[in-house]
Amino acid sequence: MAGLSVKHLLGIKNINASDINLIFETAENFKEIINRPIKKVPSLRDITIANLFFENSTRTKLSFELAEKRLSADVLNFSASGSSVSKGETLVDTVNNILSMKVDMLVMRHPNPGAAVFLSKHISVNIINAGDGTHEHPTQALLDAFTIKEKLGELQGKKIAIIGDIMHSRVALSNIFCLKKIGAEVMVCGPTTLIPKYISSLGVEVSHNLREALEWCDVANMLRIQMERQDIKYFPSIREYIMQFGLTKAILDSLHKKILVLHPGPINRGVEITSDVADSSQSVILNQVENGVAIRMAVLYLLAGKIHNQD
Amino acid sequence: MQQRLLLSDGQFDITINRLCYQLIENHNAFDESVIIGLQPRGVFLSNRIKNNLARILDKNIVAGNLDVTFYRDDFRRSEKIHIPSVTEIDFIIENKKVILVDDVLFTGRTIRAGLDAILSYGRPKKVELLVLIDRRYSRQLPIEPDYIGKTVDTISSEKVKVEWQETEGKDQVWLETKD
Repeated sequence: MAGLSVKHLLGIKNINASDINLIFETAENFKEIINRPIKKVPSLRDITIANLFFENSTRTKLSFELAEKRLSADVLNFSASGSSVSKGETLVDTVNNILSMKVDMLVMRHPNPGAAVFLSKHISVNIINAGDGTHEHPTQALLDAFTIKEKLGELQGKKIAIIGDIMHSRVALSNIFCLKKIGAEVMVCGPTTLIPKYISSLGVEVSHNLREALEWCDVANMLRIQMERQDIKYFPSIREYIMQFGLTKAILDSLHKKILVLHPGPINRGVEITSDVADSSQSVILNQVENGVAIRMAVLYLLAGKIHNQD
Repeated sequence: MQQRLLLSDGQFDITINRLCYQLIENHNAFDESVIIGLQPRGVFLSNRIKNNLARILDKNIVAGNLDVTFYRDDFRRSEKIHIPSVTEIDFIIENKKVILVDDVLFTGRTIRAGLDAILSYGRPKKVELLVLIDRRYSRQLPIEPDYIGKTVDTISSEKVKVEWQETEGKDQVWLETKD
C-alpha cells in the first residue's frame, strides 16, 4: 500500500483526496487506541520531534505534543518568546541549530504566511505546518472534516458554511481546500470587508447574510474575529457584528432543521457564538478537540513512515 | 512458480474441528477464556473457531479482533507502509485466558507485536497461541504455538498461502516455491 503522496504537510492544497482518506482511515484506528486503558503505541519510539511555536497556541500545541507522546516519540518544545529569536537569529539558523541535535521531524507554527513552505526549501526533515499566518492550518481542516464525517456519515454532497472573519483565517482556507477535495459544498459568510474579493475563484458560494447561510447549510463552522491580525477597522463595532453575524440559540432553533455547529477555538463567547449554542447538543466543539489528537497521530505516523532507517 | 497443496478443502474442516476440541480440553466451558484473532488474516480463522465452538458448546463465545500495526518492529524498515485494520475488543481481558489466533506462524514477530498490543488492554491471566500453519525452523524470536493445525518445514524464500471461502472461494493452504 502506498503512503502519503507528500513528504511534508505544508497545506491541504498540496495533498490529494486519497491522502485525505488515508489520514482519516488511520485516524480512526488511533481514535480507538486513545480510548484504551493504555493509550500509547511504540511506533515512533526512535523518532525525535521538535515543536516550534513562533506564535501563541493552546489547543494545537497540546494536541501535537500529546499525539507525539502517544506515539512514543521524543519531544522538544520551542517557543519564540524567551528564545534567541529576539536576539536577531534567523528562522533557518534557529531551525538548523535545533536539527543539529538530531531531530527527525518538525511541527511549526509561525505568524508569517508561507513560513513552512520557505523552511521546506532549506532543510531536509519532514515538516508539519501547524498554522502559518493567514495561509493554512492543515491539521485543523482535517480534524474538522473528520468530525463532520463522523457525525454525518459522509462528506460527499454535504453543505458546509464557514462563517466569520474569512479574510484573516487560515482555518477557512484549509477547510475550503479540504472540503472541496472530498466532494463537499462550501459557502463562506461574513461582512463584505472580511471576505477576500476573489474567494469565489476557489469554487465556494459567498453570502453576507447569516440566516441565508444557515438555511443553506448542514454544518456551520463559526470563526473568531482575529483582532490580532486586523490592522484597520473592518466593521463599525463588535456590537454590530454580533447583531448581524453572531450565532444565537434563537436563530438556531428557528431553522427548520438541526445543523451541526463547529468552532476551531478559541471561542469568544457572546461574539461569534453565544454560550448556550457553544454548549448545546448541536455543538461538536469538544469532539473536534478529541479528534484533533487522533488526526495528528495519523499525520505524524504516516509522515514518519517516509523517514528511512539506514540499518 | 510451483504450488503444492498443504491442506485441501476437506482436511481444512477436520483440522479446525480438531483445534476446537483441543481448546475445549484446556478451556472447558470457556467461562474465563476469550479468543482474539490477529488482523488481517487471523480473523478468518478466529471467526471459524468461534462459530465452531459456539455450535459444539451451544453457548456464545467471547471473541475479538486485534490489529498490531502500530506495535510492529519493522516500521520505517521498508518502502511499504502498513495500513491498519480495525481492532474490536469490547470486553475486559483482565484476568482472562486469552487465545491469540493467527493463520501462519513464521518469524514470530507479528505475535511479539500482538503480545505487546494485548497488554495495553490489561493483564490477562494467561496468553496462548493457536495457528493454522506452523512454519518450523524459521523463528527469529523465542515464540512457540500451543495449538497447531499443521506443521510444515519451509525455507524462507517459500511462501505459505492460506485461502478462505470468504475471500478466495475455497478453504485451502498452498506452499509456493519460486523457480
